[in-house]
Amino acid sequence: MSPLAQLIEAALFASARPLTVEELATLDLQAGAAAVRGALAELRDAFATGDHGVELIEIAQGWQFLTRREYAEAIDRAQFALRPRRLSPAALETLAIIAYRQPVGRSEVDEIRGVDSGAVIEKLGERGLVEIVTRGEGLGRPLLYGTTPQFLEILGLKDLDELPRLEELSVALRPPAPAEPE
Amino acid sequence: MSAPTNPVAQDSTGFIVELEQFSGPLDLLLHLIREDEVDITDLPIAKIADQFLAVISDLGLNQAADYLEMAARLLRIKAQMLLPRHLGDDEWEDPRAELVRRLLEYQQIRELVEWLGAAAARRAEQFGRGFSPEPPAAPPAPLVIDLNDLLAAAERVIALIPEPVLHRVVPRPLDVEGAIERIQALLAERAVFGWGDVVGQRPTIVDVLSAFIALLELAKRGSLHVHQEGPFAPIQIRRESPRAAD
Repeated sequence: MSPLAQLIEAALFASARPLTVEELATLDLQAGAAAVRGALAELRDAFATGDHGVELIEIAQGWQFLTRREYAEAIDRAQFALRPRRLSPAALETLAIIAYRQPVGRSEVDEIRGVDSGAVIEKLGERGLVEIVTRGEGLGRPLLYGTTPQFLEILGLKDLDELPRLEELSVALRPPAPAEPE
Repeated sequence: MSAPTNPVAQDSTGFIVELEQFSGPLDLLLHLIREDEVDITDLPIAKIADQFLAVISDLGLNQAADYLEMAARLLRIKAQMLLPRHLGDDEWEDPRAELVRRLLEYQQIRELVEWLGAAAARRAEQFGRGFSPEPPAAPPAPLVIDLNDLLAAAERVIALIPEPVLHRVVPRPLDVEGAIERIQALLAERAVFGWGDVVGQRPTIVDVLSAFIALLELAKRGSLHVHQEGPFAPIQIRRESPRAAD
């Protein structure tokens, strides 16, 4: 492995969160983003082809070492690590709406869910999954919410483009069938 | 998630539904539609509305608003469907259209929820390095409030204030100093005198109070001695001989 790949391996090992290419580039100011990307690919392949318990994953717009799935159960049983708390259906509904409509205000979330969502949004904010990104135009300049890198991280997504496209869903939005007068 | 139990059970009174299982009125509606296996775009609105009302008839007040709003909407659509319409009337708009649009939109969200839940479960099978520190608490959002909210909040606060006990206060200061002077003048003249001498012929209530407090004050100072034979007997006031200084 190249010296840069080894340096990046050390940095990723030291970090508890995914690191972006830009962040990794600060390790060695001589190496540009392209060199960092090359080293990351080298590192990923090395861990993929060798016999390792961890793999290098592209996640949340960055890179992170994660344990291989097949060891999850044993690690769980030994209680060496905690699984994140599950999200409630209400939280997932709210996250889905914010992810697809961002930036989106609370009133729109309320409207789509048909229930008041203020408390759920606040909880998601506390967990760092959504954040206020801007304020809308119009009455009261409502706060508009968007998802955070943490949101991508708990879902294991590289970026928002990995979310399913709406037209791929079985329920595509379509107007109701025209009523036929008898 | 817990084992999927059928939240709708039939008994003699009809539907028994655990409302807690639904995340809102749209979720409940979708459930009813699936149970009945009807076409969402051609809703049998009368039937669905009746079922919806039956389910929410005994719901808790804290969740009532969202469900009641939907119930009102369903009944309005049901009424609109009953209005006669002319053959080939191009102007006619299906009163169900908006509700159907919302239901489809919500159904789409539910499908995304499944996807997100599965993605999160899959991610949870892999562990990162060490424990992620708890994300720092977000700074409190700037207060956004409109006039109605503000007034409603003020009303709630005011409602908590207990009704104050009001009584009228009339400024009618007692003249205790004056009464003391009058009594001291009497003491200089006579060794013993009565209550009537102190308050005079036609005393006002303020005069009586002033004189009474003045008497008590002077008795406390040791200038006089107040004596009463029994309840309601005339009050006698006697000059106290000045005590020898200790």
